[in-house]
Amino acid sequence: MAKLGHITSKIRSKNAGPFALTIDIFSDDADTHNAVCKALSTARVAALYKTDEADIKRFELDTLNVLKFSMPRPTIQGSLTDRDMHASGWAWLLAELDVNI
Amino acid sequence: MTRVLIPNGAIGLGFDEAALWRGVDMSPDVICVDGGSTDSGPHYLGTGTSKYSRASTMAEWRILMQARAKAGVPLIVGTAGTCGTDNTVDWMYQITCDLAVEMGQSVKIARLYSSQNAGTITNALDQITPLWPTLPISPEILTGCTNIVALAGAEQITAALQSGADIIIAGRTTDTATIAALPLMNGDHAGGAWHGAKIGECGALCSTNPTSGVIIIDFDATGFTVQPMAIGAICTPQSVAAHMLYENSDPNILYEPGGHLDVTGAKYQQLDGRCVRVTGSKWVPLGRYTVKLEGARLAGYQSCSLVLLRERHYVENAPEWVNRLTAYLTGEIKSRMGLGASDYTLEFRLIGQNATLGALETNTTTPAEIGVLAIITAPEQASANEIAKLCNPFLLHYPLSDEEPQATFAFPFSPAEWDKGPVHEFCLNHILTLSDPMDAFRLQTDEVKHG
Repeated sequence: MAKLGHITSKIRSKNAGPFALTIDIFSDDADTHNAVCKALSTARVAALYKTDEADIKRFELDTLNVLKFSMPRPTIQGSLTDRDMHASGWAWLLAELDVNI
Repeated sequence: MTRVLIPNGAIGLGFDEAALWRGVDMSPDVICVDGGSTDSGPHYLGTGTSKYSRASTMAEWRILMQARAKAGVPLIVGTAGTCGTDNTVDWMYQITCDLAVEMGQSVKIARLYSSQNAGTITNALDQITPLWPTLPISPEILTGCTNIVALAGAEQITAALQSGADIIIAGRTTDTATIAALPLMNGDHAGGAWHGAKIGECGALCSTNPTSGVIIIDFDATGFTVQPMAIGAICTPQSVAAHMLYENSDPNILYEPGGHLDVTGAKYQQLDGRCVRVTGSKWVPLGRYTVKLEGARLAGYQSCSLVLLRERHYVENAPEWVNRLTAYLTGEIKSRMGLGASDYTLEFRLIGQNATLGALETNTTTPAEIGVLAIITAPEQASANEIAKLCNPFLLHYPLSDEEPQATFAFPFSPAEWDKGPVHEFCLNHILTLSDPMDAFRLQTDEVKHG
């Protein structure tokens, strides 16, 4: 078991417009990237963000060693219940996730 | 071929000035800079104001106006003043006029206006389609917006360029439109024009030295080549390709007015250790011309207070404390002010525990202290402030249970509460179909003569 943030080179989350959240997981090499893709199911990401798995788009970008997820923003940007205007903090849920690698 | 000089990702972020002048010496055909986005939230569109200070904007725009004069080519700013409303376009125009006087420049300035009238948009409701996730739209919702803008594409920037303007101050545009316009006008590869514009929209963020800002992109018949201008900065296929992911839901597709960019087949090739050549991107026309709409409306007025819990007993039991406090205050607000659940919202966020992630937080570490941020939202500023004042003595002393001695917590400020003013929310996520790209936009040109 390892923290996802320890074995990858960078995990970032950002707004993709006011209504969508996108998360990029960068690995340094193909072996790590492949292991991350294998260990991290879309269902697990859905559970982490308490969202419907069907609403998550998953992109395995093998030439860049990036695994990317996009989903509706858990709260609309800047709405009364929003806590993170630039959506930067959602990355840390994945960075601190234990994965079987 | 078209050479585009991009100083940074947005005016106000700063750039490496020596790198800019190196770029000017390379004879660009146009200088393009972004002036905003929705990324800082709905306040700016809601109020029609700029996020960046006038001083910062002026300091950077002065240098860019000097660069324009030296290069003798058009200077374009997109989404002027953060939100790109008519108000911020005029704000930027005034700054430009002041700087023209200061520097003795005579310039022809084109203003491209993107603000939309609620009545006109209401009349075009049958030409409006929701995007995903779907938000409702109605004449009442449109009338309730304090500002509505449409995002201009390359066609409207082209119209401004064809007016012969030295400086183009554009209202809301897509992030890419100002960069893509001249290459498209010159007949460069359409897929390359849009792809290069997306890669360049944040300046040197596509390089190994993001804060240096300045890049040059050469557009041609088959693609584009990007290079950073700062000494020591390099672009790599990885750094360039990765920018297509940035703030973009789909890493291969980017929707623009009139079509979309598809980079699935793009090839990235390292040239001479610091430049990257990109080919194989595709522009797919839609067959009709659509522009995205953005709107923001008033959601209320806020007052806030911050109290710090340092006593271990309270830090360990902070969620219970705020739950108990909320129940008590709800009763007091009802009995003292006659206000119920539909009249206001009162929320406590535990800074140090889960203020960023709320219910999604998985880290259960007990911190040394917790900041309790109280956020009150009401239809009027006066009632939000009254509620905050009513809460104050209980934020100071409220016990975790009736059986314990009176506690006292730490307020960093006097007065303990502050008024945040109006709070806005985004309320449109739609596209509007136009029969002519200029239908929703207005162009005004002025000669400003000095010196």
